[in-house]
Amino acid sequence: MVQIAATRTTASPPINTRLLSLAALAAVIATLPLALTNNFHLDIAILAGFNAIVCVGLNLLIGYAGQISLGHAGFFGIGAYASGILVTTYGWPPIAALLAGAVSVGVLSFLLAKPILRLKGHYLAMATLGIGIIVSIVLRTETGLTGGPDGMMVDSFKIFGLELYGEKTWYWVVGVVLFIAVWLSLNLIDSPVGRALRAVHGSEVAAEVVGVDTARYKVMAFVVSAVFASVAGSLFAHYTGLITPAKADFFKSIELVTMVVFGGMASTFGAVIGAVLLTVLPQALTVFQDYSQIVLGAILMFTMVFMPKGLLPTIEGLIAQRRRA
Amino acid sequence: MFAEFLQYLLSGLTIGAIYALAGLGFSIIYNASHVINFAQGEFIMIGGMAAATLTASGVPLPLAILMGCGGAMLVGVLVAKFTVERARNASVVTLIIITIGASIFLRGVAELVWGKDFKRLEAFSGETPINVLGASMQPQSLWVIGCAAVLIVAIGVFFNRTLAGKAMLATSHNRLAAQLVGINVKRVVLISFALSAALGAIGGSVVAPITFSYTEMGIMLGLKGFTAAVLGGLGNGPGAVAGGLIVGIAEALGAGYISSAYKDAVAFVIILLVLLFMPSGLFGKRGTERV
Repeated sequence: MVQIAATRTTASPPINTRLLSLAALAAVIATLPLALTNNFHLDIAILAGFNAIVCVGLNLLIGYAGQISLGHAGFFGIGAYASGILVTTYGWPPIAALLAGAVSVGVLSFLLAKPILRLKGHYLAMATLGIGIIVSIVLRTETGLTGGPDGMMVDSFKIFGLELYGEKTWYWVVGVVLFIAVWLSLNLIDSPVGRALRAVHGSEVAAEVVGVDTARYKVMAFVVSAVFASVAGSLFAHYTGLITPAKADFFKSIELVTMVVFGGMASTFGAVIGAVLLTVLPQALTVFQDYSQIVLGAILMFTMVFMPKGLLPTIEGLIAQRRRA
Repeated sequence: MFAEFLQYLLSGLTIGAIYALAGLGFSIIYNASHVINFAQGEFIMIGGMAAATLTASGVPLPLAILMGCGGAMLVGVLVAKFTVERARNASVVTLIIITIGASIFLRGVAELVWGKDFKRLEAFSGETPINVLGASMQPQSLWVIGCAAVLIVAIGVFFNRTLAGKAMLATSHNRLAAQLVGINVKRVVLISFALSAALGAIGGSVVAPITFSYTEMGIMLGLKGFTAAVLGGLGNGPGAVAGGLIVGIAEALGAGYISSAYKDAVAFVIILLVLLFMPSGLFGKRGTERV
């Protein structure tokens, strides 16, 4: 019985539930602005959306391919600064800068992936952490290009003579991009690639024995997740208009990983929920003022101790249990 | 020329000694529980802050260091007891987040207790530089290197000569077998956290006169300690010590000869290069995977 329950929660949902959940996501994105009455709330929703886009990608790597990355904020930062520097300093069209950022991150992550993904567990954590930290140190130090620790201003996003401006517009931009990210991710998971990735997560050796080119799929998940982060970074830079190296540092990387694990590994919607909750949480915790860090740390520790699988899979498990009873 | 080199070497050795202690702390906990404890840097911070604030309020220095050490050990045991022990079967990434949660929590508490500003701890035996073959050395550096050396030797003796130490080594080799011969493996985990916390806290209090004490002092020191432990091969104590010294010296030389702005990047560049060619660190066992 336990065995059956386990397979039910880990198997990918059939097509119709997938469409249903996509529709639900679209509905939530479409109706949320009705509840968010002021720009402050919209702003938080937009930031949550950016984090969610990164987390959906990162979940492919952590949740499906079973590989850790403690450096994805570095890719977010490269995307953000590519847009900032190319558009603001060199006058490129924003969409070209976004693509240039995404392509360079894609190439960089591809080159790094092969040697790095040979590493296991904590060694992989160390290597990715190192990459992230090196990126953030470069961004902090190359003052002439990046503005140093104080960051740099970024021009607004213009496309076909249209300027994206204000929280209302950006909400829809981020909503649509998030929807596309989720759709891509679900498609990938349901494809043979997704099956191969899950096999890699289950047992890399077993997957290799049955003929899965594990290295190739791990590299793919790494590159896709890095590119998601880069695109989110580019858009983020245009939205806030000010980027700082803090957006690429170790803590941002940790925050992203935490969102994925908190929401639920190997669950695309879990990653979205984790991103939203952990973006809103620090805002909500400001009522605790001096205690907010303590509360945040305690929440992280104890949710992970009591729900090591994350929020969504735990809740799904409870529901499944209730149904059987 | 030589004096300059010696100067960098000595300052690298000083900070490397702290990385070595932190790296050793990572290794001890990893051996006992296969957990990478990202709160290791916070033990250093607790030691540094406790020593600085307690001496400022009139407590004699040795007592202040002991109190900081005791406090850190208590915190370490609590972290082990209430989080790590309860999440034994969680995945690597979940355990990493748990210890990071612990480190955020501890920094939050420290900020509340001690405030955010920098605290100064007087150097233990004055600040008159000692001339070493043309290079000048702060007396405090000798304290750091000396204390680290004593602690490292003590840890070596503990693991190789005492029953408790041997029990811990046995647990790291084979947890189940250790349990079968009557070793209390749960207590081994608790002791490993207490030991690592003590190493970190003492390291923090001797280095505080050089770096100042502040609540975020443990972040980079902890990450460099992790680098040291991985460089030496995770779970390899002497490897972690060597890793710490290598990272410290490379960092000081890099800062001196290449670019001081990229000082903090040196450790991470080294570890990436080493891992490219030696996926288990410099002295790590090349593991075969059992399927």
